[in-house]
Amino acid sequence: MYKDKNLSIANSDDIKTTAENSQVSRRDLFKQAATVVGIATATAITTPLRVEAAPPKNKSAQSKKVQTIPQYEARETLTAQEMATLEAVCDRLVPADKLGPGAREARVPRYIDRSLAGPLKELKDKYSICLAAIDEYSKTKKNKIFTKLPPVDQDEILTDIEKGVPTAGFVPKSNIFFNMMLAHVHQGMFSDPFYGGNANFIGWDLIRYPGLRMHVSAEDQKLNAKPKPLRESAYDISMFQNHEGRNHGK
Amino acid sequence: MANNLKKTDVVIVGMGAAGGVAALPLAQAGLNVIGIEAGNWMSGTDFPPDELRNNLRGWPQAVQKTAGEIPTYRPNESAKTSRANTAPMMNGVGGSSLHYWAQSWRLNPWDFKVVSETTRKYGTGRIPKGSTVEDWPISYNDIESYYNIVETEIGVSGKAGNILDKIDKAGNIFEGPRTKDFPMPPLRSSGFTELMSKAASKTGWNPFPGPAAINSVPYDGRAPCMYHGFCNRGGCPVHAKNSTAVTTIPKAISTGKLSIVAQARVTKIEVDESTGKATGVTYVRGGQEYFQPADVVLIASHVFEVVRLMLKSKSKVFPDGISNNQGQVGKHYFCHADQGAVYALFPFDLNNWYGLPGQSAVVDDFADDNFDHSSLDFIGGGSLTVYPQARPIFAGRVSTFFKNAPQWGSKWKEYVSVNASRWATGYVQSTTLPNESTYLDLDPAEKDSMGMPVIRVTGNFQNNDRKANAFAKEKMEKWFLEAGAIMVQKQALEDMAPSGSTTHHFGGTRMGLNPKTNVVNQWGMSHEVPNLGVLGGSVMGTSGARNPTLTVQALAWRTAEHIAKNWNSIVK
Repeated sequence: MYKDKNLSIANSDDIKTTAENSQVSRRDLFKQAATVVGIATATAITTPLRVEAAPPKNKSAQSKKVQTIPQYEARETLTAQEMATLEAVCDRLVPADKLGPGAREARVPRYIDRSLAGPLKELKDKYSICLAAIDEYSKTKKNKIFTKLPPVDQDEILTDIEKGVPTAGFVPKSNIFFNMMLAHVHQGMFSDPFYGGNANFIGWDLIRYPGLRMHVSAEDQKLNAKPKPLRESAYDISMFQNHEGRNHGK
Repeated sequence: MANNLKKTDVVIVGMGAAGGVAALPLAQAGLNVIGIEAGNWMSGTDFPPDELRNNLRGWPQAVQKTAGEIPTYRPNESAKTSRANTAPMMNGVGGSSLHYWAQSWRLNPWDFKVVSETTRKYGTGRIPKGSTVEDWPISYNDIESYYNIVETEIGVSGKAGNILDKIDKAGNIFEGPRTKDFPMPPLRSSGFTELMSKAASKTGWNPFPGPAAINSVPYDGRAPCMYHGFCNRGGCPVHAKNSTAVTTIPKAISTGKLSIVAQARVTKIEVDESTGKATGVTYVRGGQEYFQPADVVLIASHVFEVVRLMLKSKSKVFPDGISNNQGQVGKHYFCHADQGAVYALFPFDLNNWYGLPGQSAVVDDFADDNFDHSSLDFIGGGSLTVYPQARPIFAGRVSTFFKNAPQWGSKWKEYVSVNASRWATGYVQSTTLPNESTYLDLDPAEKDSMGMPVIRVTGNFQNNDRKANAFAKEKMEKWFLEAGAIMVQKQALEDMAPSGSTTHHFGGTRMGLNPKTNVVNQWGMSHEVPNLGVLGGSVMGTSGARNPTLTVQALAWRTAEHIAKNWNSIVK
């Protein structure tokens, strides 16, 4: 579940701690923004909003604006606690920083949650078990569950997991789970926003990918060309709109 | 109890790159053809530029029969088998030609005569030990006209380097002589391919644009390529990629002589026990079983399924599988040494986001016998191909290619924001030869969703394969460095496991004159079953430094034409 630091949910202690710790960096980001898109009220939204980046016409692709619309969304497979842990992990794997928003803002946890409901459903148990194992390891090493730790400790925990240090609780192994999760984070950052991630085209902006173009000119392929970023999902393109599968809020 | 259908002249199992081509000359000759395809019909709307679906999730909406029949693999007979969990091949009307790279090559003349040419030039004893390689029963000249026909019917774009022995440096100066130029000019160059071509020329090599079964200009009423950047395992929404689904198949259908049954899985080739001739095929569709009788049966379902179907089709007259009384079905199989990318990192943006593998710059100076091997301890070599096209998820993982940066955190963000647009891939395809310890058979344990055994691959690359590949990869590395790369990462050739990466498979029903060591004759017809033919890479005895599809298609056309011209003697 996504939440702004101003909203409270069950287990809010855990969430708030993390949010407060990162409050400084988030406030800085908000300060940098020339405008802030209106904050939605704390009403449950049943169809997920596709968060529009809607950059002003003359701004460059490297706009560092963070336009977040806090909202509630239904989780599809993960429990609230699992999602909280996953959000906190994503927050460290791809943090919001001076380069711009991170995996949480890009809705990577939503991408993973949604994928686990369908195409990756055979990995659902692994995620549940390993997200719990992350908390167990955090308690063992730092006396608190992952979401309660400050970022520097969270990074230490994740570094250990990346290296395969914890040998208990993970399936099949901590480092193997880490690499799989990281691959899903990359997918969530850089896939078509149709799948729930890459919100606001945060991922594509990070790697400076100019977006989907159904017609690419010779000019567009010159070495020093800088094609204008087109922030569009494949499923915004009219010829692909008669597609099977979910129709997320469209 | 199978439903018996009305007899047809020819039944083709598989409407992909090979079957989809053969249908046309057969239909044009007035024969009634039924094509049976496991997959579905697809259209441009089914091909959005969606990397997650195309490249990472394997087209879930297509009938993924191939996913259920991924072979098991063991490097030798004492090893345990393993099994990959993805396959790049797809099912559909058009088959893998719907989403393949469409790099569309002729083999070099040398590839047809590796044994005699190597012996002539370097003496006896240069053929690698343990290799079962034979000369093909045909030469480049025997199929040159079929290359022409298919390049025209499918639509291949490129620049000839040799027309009737007149050499043109704008094309491949090493290629076999053509009788005419390509039907379309090559796809345009990009800033990146121009950078690479200049560097190759400066090094003294001979770069040229690679040929592609992709429209560079409007062709046959279809649009030209839009270079949108999702061609690699993506279907073409504007039909500029010349799959058989938009070229030879519709032409065959318009003759009124081709019908296609989609969503149907052939389970057996049936045989007349008294004559030993094929009588047709049994297939399952929507849970029902059908028997399609035919005068001629052509199997065109890609290497693994061709061999599997033949081995499964047992009878009293063929107790080890149809056309397998000499024990050659599954033998001389190998997969191409085209795995292991060469990644290069540049100190400037390459603007490689768009484009496609078909939009390539190629160096053939180190392929086949195009260079002197007198002082070398291997035969053959590899082609070097570079192309623009960097999809976002793949590019976002650039830190995993070079491993010179943290894989997560703010430092990773910094790294990827700079370098996601500064890397390129080099594609190396090198000489691979059949050998006596590499073959296909039916796995004793693993089964597909219909309870039938899947194929088991046994064997591995041999010394010659590895040496040729390493040699070619060194040249690819040199090419990148000459062009200004600051770091090059070469992935070595691993095991011959048919993992998700490789798509070129050869042998299993090899073509040759000797029926003791080959399954089909020089026309692609079975030595043991006169009205059974095989189309596809399984008939090929050598790989060359090439993608196999155009050669497969030229051979398929030639087999079909042979059947039409010799109908009475084949079916009697």
